[in-house]
Amino acid sequence: MSEVFENTIVLDNVSKFYGEILGVNRVSLAIPPGITSLVGPNGAGKSTLMNLMTGLLRPTRGRVTVLGIPTDRPEELFRKVGYCSQFDSFPRGLTGREFIKSFLLVSGIGKKEADSWAEKALDRISLLDAADRRIGAYSKGMRQRLRLAQSIAHRPKVLILDEPLNGLDPVVRAETIALFKKLAAEGLHLIISSHILHEVDMMSDRVVLLNNGYVVAEGGIHGVRDEMETHPMQILIRCDRPALLASRMFAEDDVVEARLHEDRGGLFVKTREPDRFYLLLNEVVAQGEINVESIAPIDDDLSAVYQYLIGSDGGNA
Amino acid sequence: MSSSVDTDRAEAGRKLSFPWALWLRQSRAIFRLEIRKNFFGKRSVLIYLLAFLPIFLLGSLALVTPVTEDFTNLSRIFAWIYGGLILRTVVFFGCAWIFMNLFRGEMVDRSLHYYFLSSVRREVLVVGKYLSGLVTSTILFVATTVVAMLLLYFPHFSGESARFFFEGAGFSQLLTYVGITILACIGYGAFFLVVGLFFRNPIIPALVLYGWEAINFLLPPLLKKISVIHYLNSLTPVPAPEASPFGVMVEPTPAWISVPGLLILTALVLIAAGARIRHMEIKYGGD
Repeated sequence: MSEVFENTIVLDNVSKFYGEILGVNRVSLAIPPGITSLVGPNGAGKSTLMNLMTGLLRPTRGRVTVLGIPTDRPEELFRKVGYCSQFDSFPRGLTGREFIKSFLLVSGIGKKEADSWAEKALDRISLLDAADRRIGAYSKGMRQRLRLAQSIAHRPKVLILDEPLNGLDPVVRAETIALFKKLAAEGLHLIISSHILHEVDMMSDRVVLLNNGYVVAEGGIHGVRDEMETHPMQILIRCDRPALLASRMFAEDDVVEARLHEDRGGLFVKTREPDRFYLLLNEVVAQGEINVESIAPIDDDLSAVYQYLIGSDGGNA
Repeated sequence: MSSSVDTDRAEAGRKLSFPWALWLRQSRAIFRLEIRKNFFGKRSVLIYLLAFLPIFLLGSLALVTPVTEDFTNLSRIFAWIYGGLILRTVVFFGCAWIFMNLFRGEMVDRSLHYYFLSSVRREVLVVGKYLSGLVTSTILFVATTVVAMLLLYFPHFSGESARFFFEGAGFSQLLTYVGITILACIGYGAFFLVVGLFFRNPIIPALVLYGWEAINFLLPPLLKKISVIHYLNSLTPVPAPEASPFGVMVEPTPAWISVPGLLILTALVLIAAGARIRHMEIKYGGD
């Protein structure tokens, strides 16, 4: 087995049907370490994909391996994988600490280690204060954090997190995102599904956009944006003479549209060749005719990519 | 993660103890989690009510039934109560409730996935859960059997009853009934565990089996033997009076066939459960 294969999550032409209903279809991905976000509207297939990666579902066709381990071998798989699912339910009558510890023991961890690992996991998600309370008395956010603690307690190399920020207050959200970044920096794979696009944008190394069970795009956000030739890049140039800049830009073939900003202090440009456009802009600036204050791509983020590819603003994703 | 050294050490430890010590440890952990649910979960109320039913009935009867010293007759009465009430009703439905809920109950509660997301062989999960159900049902229903028998014999002539138990056939009969109860828990338990794994609504197959066992006395000899109750009845120390004049008489199957037969059947059923759970998916109904 190659080293790359052993350090990658591989979905090879994977399809999953629930009877005649499509879950995901012909998905092929190779996910390296770092934070990968799964983005798409409800029913796009994000949870199905995560359940396939963790063996909770079996593919109808194709094969899934996580760090070289087939997903039908849970005894090996879950030494390396932690999954924080969306199922907001727990075994009855347990405290947070008992819950984490019990499933460490079920995984074969020794009693002493289970105690200390449970403590560390609870500490890591700031739930130590409530650790000895019954889970039934937890708030939604606390239950979400407990599931997260359970998924990291056995120190996996791959973390799969289905909407892990749901129900968390802004402070805990920020802490949790910081934790994800830290874990990714430690070399873990993090696969995260989220419908909060700006948070995905902030933390992800790459995204997988899903719609109706198909992968519509994957890769780094900027890379995905660059490849979208049907949607020219929009750039806002703040300058002192936008009308003059507009006239210069219209002369270029790659510039599809140039439009003055409402405050007449800037120019919106749509171009199919952003790199060539930036070179041209450099030339104009070098000629000294126009003073440029700022240049900013305005649809080079996940929201724009999402809107172009999936056709909504991502609010319901 | 930060303490990858710890992780590697723990993983090495796990590899070293592979497979039996690890499996044993994991079964114990599953057993502990499950036994707590079986005895103290909200679903256990029904089991306590079922287990208490014969005790309540016999306790009430003890207050009103006329005194008798005919121990042979009492033995026949107990054989009838045991076969009709304890074995066919309390143990049957008690095992159905306990063992079907081991998996089905967790699917209803949407908490089975935590086991499926642990690094444990799913067959070990079956064993751990089955043992917890077996211990629960054995403790409750053996207690029911023992208390029910003592309630029948002791209220009126405690001295003579003591002699019947310690010098006569009473104690060996009691032990035999206890043994049958344990065997019933083993056999029915395995069956209902599998039913809970294969069927979304396990009540229907449970009722089908109940019907089959209930009409067992009417069945021709060959069909009689395709049932659990036939082998359990074959072991009773005192033959129970026939429930109907239409009953078909058949020679009891000897204990050396009944006991290993039931155990082998149980093992096969558990192997089927292991095969089933290996390929099981988590869908939780509407999800």
